[in-house]
Amino acid sequence: MKDLHTITTTVNGKTYTREAESRMLLSDFIRHELGLTGTHVGCEYGVCGACTILYDGHPTRSCLTLAVQANNHTIETVEGLTTDPNKLHPLQQSFQDAHGLQCGYCTPGILMTMKAFLAENPNPSETEVREALSGNLCRCTGYQHIVDAILRMKDEG
Amino acid sequence: MKPAAFKYIAAQSLEHALTLKAEYGDEAKFLAGGQSLVPAMNLRVAQPGVLVDLNPITGLDFVGLRINEGLGIEDWGLTTIPNPQSLILHIGAMTRYRTLERSAEIAAQCPLLHETMPHVAHPQIRNRGTLGGNLAHADPASELPVVMLVLNAQFKAQSVRGERWIAARDFFTTIFTTALAADEMLTEIAIPLSTDSDAGRTRTCFMEIARRRGDYAMMGVATSITLNAAGVCTNAKLGYLNAGDTPILATQAAQTLIGQVIGDDHIRAAAAIAHDEIQPPGNIHASVAFQRHLAGVLTRRAIKEILEFRF
Repeated sequence: MKDLHTITTTVNGKTYTREAESRMLLSDFIRHELGLTGTHVGCEYGVCGACTILYDGHPTRSCLTLAVQANNHTIETVEGLTTDPNKLHPLQQSFQDAHGLQCGYCTPGILMTMKAFLAENPNPSETEVREALSGNLCRCTGYQHIVDAILRMKDEG
Repeated sequence: MKPAAFKYIAAQSLEHALTLKAEYGDEAKFLAGGQSLVPAMNLRVAQPGVLVDLNPITGLDFVGLRINEGLGIEDWGLTTIPNPQSLILHIGAMTRYRTLERSAEIAAQCPLLHETMPHVAHPQIRNRGTLGGNLAHADPASELPVVMLVLNAQFKAQSVRGERWIAARDFFTTIFTTALAADEMLTEIAIPLSTDSDAGRTRTCFMEIARRRGDYAMMGVATSITLNAAGVCTNAKLGYLNAGDTPILATQAAQTLIGQVIGDDHIRAAAAIAHDEIQPPGNIHASVAFQRHLAGVLTRRAIKEILEFRF
């Protein structure tokens, strides 16, 4: 017997109502029920950070959140960074300019983490950036260009 | 890597949550921040039949200082029982790590807790994880249980039957196991604060060593030292994480410091005793011998840090 719940949640400014089982993770809900596949799923136990979304404005592991917990809450995913398909969000642009990604799998989680981090701390040191990045694993870049991309945001105000 | 099926109930109030726990008992788990429970469910290590979500409840997240009201607690485990004027730091069980980390009151009044918070996992985890959830999970490798032990914290357990206070030293019974009964919820944490007086001044330090920032630490130490006006150590606590089935106090090691004007010989002796006194489990990342070695190193560093920089 499925334990079904009706979930009404606002994702990237749009309100959705869907039915989902209590055991469904928010990461799967976002990808499979809402079709927003920009949120990536890596480890599914909270270590890698690929699935990081903003939950009520705070970076959160969507794989450690149940879909039903999004009911009456606000979610922001990487798709919400920009509405214009021809214009990247400044943070995305900085990642492109600094070559801050290679395979790109970890990038959505990093962008969502850094969006909130820069809003709270717009003028970070490199040490602070690396500390803020500690919860996101990247197996391609060695992090150097990711850190560069974030520090460029500071230089460009 | 997906949870097994369970029944989800969003608790509407503390009373509602306690009623549900009384009804379902061990079959039900409380969902606080979910940063330990949900991974365990994803890995199917935990398969609760019922999940009672505490997040909708208001009033369980707070940080506040209150004059000691006694709380009905007779034994605070202190050399001096908090007097009527002393301050107690009260923290609601659903207070998230990010709130603790950013609390000016905690930074000013409870520096050990403040210093520890950035070591707890990663920023994203700290946005969701809660103090009460962490303590009720009772992971001996976690930072906060040992900090609570060193701070002589008291935990309020509530159920439909009533409430009681449990001392941190009695709360952690073994790995992932607490003194909470099947129908009880940890709802509040009370930490007696030390104030400088002629009788003594207390200073603290937290240090840990992890392979990567935010990982489980291979070893960690929470330390508290009290000196009187003459510079004699009147109380010392050396607490270790990942050093046994529960957070561990090395009481014999601490005893070598008490009654002394602490010098290098005392520090070396305390570190050597702590090295042997703890019971680290060892794992693929750090052998038992290496964990003991780290405990000795951290003990020396932490005591020196306190004596040289924090008084």
